Amino acid sequence: MQALTFAPPPPPNDQTEALRHEVRDFLAVELRDRPAQKRAESWSGGDPAFSRKMGERGWLGMMWPKKYGGHERSALERYVVLEEMLAAGAPVGYHWVAERQSGPNILKNGTQAQRDLILPRIARGELCFCIGMSEPDSGSDLAAARTRAERAQGGWLVNGTKVWTSSAHKADYMILFCRTGAKSDDDRHAGASQFLVDMKQAQQGGMTVRPIIDMHGEHHFNEVSIEDLLLPEDALLGKEGDGWKQVTGELAFERSGPDRFLSSFTLLVELVRELGPAAPERAAVAIGRITSHILALRRLSRSVAGMLQNGEDPALQASLVKDLGNSLEQEMVEIIRLLTDAEPTEAEGNPPYSVVLAHLILTAPSFSLRGGTREILRGIIARGLGLR
Amino acid sequence: MTDQLADSAEKLFTAHAGKAVLGAAEQGVFPQPLWDAVVEAGFTAALLPEEAGGFGATVAEAMGLLRISAAYAAPVPLGETMLAGWLLARAGLAVPEGALSIAPVRTKDRLTLTRDGDGWTLTGTATRIPWARDAAAIAVLAEGPDGPAVALLPKGSFTVAHDRNTAHEPRDTITVEATLPAGAVALANTTAAQLRAAGAAIRTVQMAGALSRVLSITIGYVQTRVQFGRPIGKFQAIQQNMAILAGQSAAALAAADNATDALAGTLSPLLVGSAKARAGEAASIGAGLAHQAHGAIGFTQEYDLHYVTKRLWSWRDEFGNEAEWNALVGRAALEAGPDGLWPLLTAA
Repeated sequence: MQALTFAPPPPPNDQTEALRHEVRDFLAVELRDRPAQKRAESWSGGDPAFSRKMGERGWLGMMWPKKYGGHERSALERYVVLEEMLAAGAPVGYHWVAERQSGPNILKNGTQAQRDLILPRIARGELCFCIGMSEPDSGSDLAAARTRAERAQGGWLVNGTKVWTSSAHKADYMILFCRTGAKSDDDRHAGASQFLVDMKQAQQGGMTVRPIIDMHGEHHFNEVSIEDLLLPEDALLGKEGDGWKQVTGELAFERSGPDRFLSSFTLLVELVRELGPAAPERAAVAIGRITSHILALRRLSRSVAGMLQNGEDPALQASLVKDLGNSLEQEMVEIIRLLTDAEPTEAEGNPPYSVVLAHLILTAPSFSLRGGTREILRGIIARGLGLR
Repeated sequence: MTDQLADSAEKLFTAHAGKAVLGAAEQGVFPQPLWDAVVEAGFTAALLPEEAGGFGATVAEAMGLLRISAAYAAPVPLGETMLAGWLLARAGLAVPEGALSIAPVRTKDRLTLTRDGDGWTLTGTATRIPWARDAAAIAVLAEGPDGPAVALLPKGSFTVAHDRNTAHEPRDTITVEATLPAGAVALANTTAAQLRAAGAAIRTVQMAGALSRVLSITIGYVQTRVQFGRPIGKFQAIQQNMAILAGQSAAALAAADNATDALAGTLSPLLVGSAKARAGEAASIGAGLAHQAHGAIGFTQEYDLHYVTKRLWSWRDEFGNEAEWNALVGRAALEAGPDGLWPLLTAA
């Protein structure tokens, strides 16, 4: 059985708490007029202008080297900014993926030119990234990906289809996962690579982005078809054939943050507002239970942040945080809806609480799908336990 | 805690807290060799400040030892002795040798101190007192004329009616009508709520230890038990449940660490309460999944699992169950209000 231990999280200090107050002061002004129904969008809600302001404050790429526009701050300081943003319902969606995983991936695996070109712009809040992983026949089973890049005159010729690609219609870059070689008999993860794709250029040369509207009526997803797209030689990210290893290296960043247990936090805030201090005992117990879960998860999540900073590979711990966190985010909606008699609706003119409730009901099913399904995460945990 | 300290604890409990000892303890036999070894190793003094007889261990190290003892279901009052020492030291009273316990542990039970010449009289009844029959003395948080006071009540100065929890750990009723010398009583420096919180922290740490053992026993079982031609751990249904069990164990450990921080700090009721409630919930889910994976064998006296699950089923209720602590936490959240809720959590 693999050790499923969580290192003690880095303890808060004067510096982190001063930063926390700085962020709160900033948000008090910036979000003064942001209504609850917009806050409820959590990190799905984005605003390029807000991302640039965060960049100006030095709150993006906080842990990266200064020569790439970073700020060489600690994992805990970055964590403070992340959780304060999410708890307040700030519109962080524009830069979220870029800052969370694409930037760290480029920092680790990119060429000097790629780092110089991309990282300072992510740190300024100027770039939106999308992740080209899922395909029509490759969802949870990433190794089944069929999109292929072949060596060609002047670079790589790419063909295939990506789907469920969040933000592809807005993104400046995609990190594309595709086949560049054959799977071997004993390793079906072999022969994959990652590419850094300039979305504007790509859409002039063989890439087509089509919207997929979700059941909530929103446009986050896209289908991205790629036909004879010629990528320059230097679009390869990392080593040819190392795609699987690089993708799994991103997962700990992707799965362990406060974005994996605070997606429904605005609903809890609005519930507390709705009930007031004289809420019945039943509500106090339910709210206490949610709060108790958040406090335990926050410790686990900060622990993973510290392990990442120390260069450990907490992929297993991250899966566990995401599984517990997603379950809580979804359960919160079901618990909270029973504590008032409000009926959920997003129609205009209804009280914010009903609108936020409806928003969460209609988006919560995605929480345990995006970034790795519950079943896949539990499979990873079971492997860590020595069962597979 | 250091690997060395953890190793020495693992060795000690492996040597002295085997199946025969656990079985005999359920029949009412106090495991004297185990207890002597625990005392000899200094574990009972781990939570004490050095000036009160401690050896300079951190609170986290003391709780690490307690967690390991619980993983072995060690049937001794290590947590209670630590807690009594903590209560006595905070009151400036000397900590005696031997097994100790605390009273009261139920919110409605009261013990009252009245002046009696130069000394004191302590009277009252307290139920569910852990290990009272085996304790050399009980540290009592009593109501005194000048506020809460701690009294050291030696063996023989109270009567004991046997009672127990689901794991057959002593949870006795004590009846007290005792005359105590002046030196056995001091102003408490601890409120009833704080003692309850410290007790809850202790049980949270124990639950985390017991649940980690539930996980390791169960993983070991599903890797070896063969049905339909393969180990049952190869079936996805079992794997998914084991992942849930591992998640609950991790959450309980995080809760225990939060409780440990609180015990080392200001005993934040929010931090302790949330930890006790979270670990209690993890205990319920985890014990259920473990027994389900084991089938009938896990339900037998012969097999080890019940020594830890039966403790979990009592510890989750002792010093306040999930409903009690969640209500307190939830009330704090409601009072903080919509704008104060998040700051409340980050300050916990």
